[in-house]
Amino acid sequence: METNEVFEKVKGLFVEDLGIEESKVTMDAKLEEDLEIDSLGIVEVVMAFEDEFEIEIDDEELADVTTVGQAVNLLHSKI
Amino acid sequence: MSKRRVVVTGLGTINPLGNNVSDTWNNLINGISGIDHISSFETDGLPVTFAGEVKNFDANEYMGKQHARKLDRSGHLSIYAAEEALKDANIDTEQRLGSGVGIVFGTGIGGIATTEQAVRTYDERGASRINPLAITQLMPNSSTGQVAIKFGIEGPSLTITTACAASANALGEAKNMIQNGIVDMVIAGGTESGTTAMTIGAFAQIRALSTNNENPQKACRPFDKDRDGFVMGEGSTVLVMESEESAINRGVDIYGYVSGYGASTDAHHITAPAEGGRGAVDAMKKALFDAELTPNDIDYINAHGTSTPANDKNETAAIKTVFSEKAYDVNISSTKSMTGHLLGGGGAFESLVSLLTLKNNIIPPTINLNNPDEECDLNYTPNVPLEKDLSTAMSNSFGFGGHNGVLVFKKS
Repeated sequence: METNEVFEKVKGLFVEDLGIEESKVTMDAKLEEDLEIDSLGIVEVVMAFEDEFEIEIDDEELADVTTVGQAVNLLHSKI
Repeated sequence: MSKRRVVVTGLGTINPLGNNVSDTWNNLINGISGIDHISSFETDGLPVTFAGEVKNFDANEYMGKQHARKLDRSGHLSIYAAEEALKDANIDTEQRLGSGVGIVFGTGIGGIATTEQAVRTYDERGASRINPLAITQLMPNSSTGQVAIKFGIEGPSLTITTACAASANALGEAKNMIQNGIVDMVIAGGTESGTTAMTIGAFAQIRALSTNNENPQKACRPFDKDRDGFVMGEGSTVLVMESEESAINRGVDIYGYVSGYGASTDAHHITAPAEGGRGAVDAMKKALFDAELTPNDIDYINAHGTSTPANDKNETAAIKTVFSEKAYDVNISSTKSMTGHLLGGGGAFESLVSLLTLKNNIIPPTINLNNPDEECDLNYTPNVPLEKDLSTAMSNSFGFGGHNGVLVFKKS
């Protein structure tokens, strides 16, 4: 799967499942500041990623992920 | 030193009769039932298939999907009713209310629908798939916390869970907070949104619910000989309560005074009222004492009146004990006949009804009261509203657990 396909799937999850405005979801968007995903929300996001891509994500892998782009890259590397 | 007087300056509600105060009031005085067949989930196989549901409310539309999905439905209703009440009290909802304002909310069973869903997910998909927001939605204090966050309420907060007396106790404790000078204003109310397949099944198991599935609007018949149980209801009601001087300083209209609060415990049985309504008697007397009134001063009683055989009989006996001869004269009604039982949200809703009754000088009727019961022989305002000059009202709330909360309101 190409990076842009991963991004489109991530965007779909954010918009459809989490109710985030589509225009806000860009590669540069910061999860907490721009998308208002707090510490509880991150757990939901991870669950959604795990279900969508059929992977498992460890908490340590998430430590450096603060933007949509970083999340997309992490997912891309694991698929 | 005389006690600080406590007033109500804002009302907000969303309930089976309406999503604002005026629709609710119009339906109340026209004897309209808000009870119907359940539309929010499948009722196949359930012994009871009707309830009082909130209608025409889309939380996603009201607060946006990203916010709405983080809350249980009880939280949606609570924020909605609180916003209505704050606006009604002429308070700017864009500003944080700060540490001078407290919040006291009542609920019976909190976010029970979220609890059920989380258990289902656990059974089907395991612990790692449980909604990470489940705890924040199911805890009984969730609505209290969410309303506080939304409006920046930083004063003391309490969540009271005395079953069907919860929000009567909430208003009473709010009154004490203001009267004792702890804060000048409290956002007080109650919420219940616990009508699920499981709760219906469980309440039906103890024979607490009416099973009149053919005629939902006729099912809740407080004080009627043919009553066969209560009807589940949902809703949230919030009152802005403040000291009289605070209201005068803000220059806002006053609905009425919260003049008396009495609370007691039956300490008898976990569901059945004590014989003769012993605990109810005690709470009514305490509320009158607190209000510095006698039974002869009370013009209207909004009864607990659940439509269960036991409550209505024992509440009637309790009113007779407290009011003596006046019991046959005082105007009583049970508005649960129209809303169903709002459980932990009932006391706040019926306080709102009591205040509107005083303000408008119209007593809403007890609908479906067609066949008098010899053990329920008081003046329950059957089926037709009554116009009358009124100055004082009492609102009764009694809960499983043996909890009793009674409030007394004065027009001036």
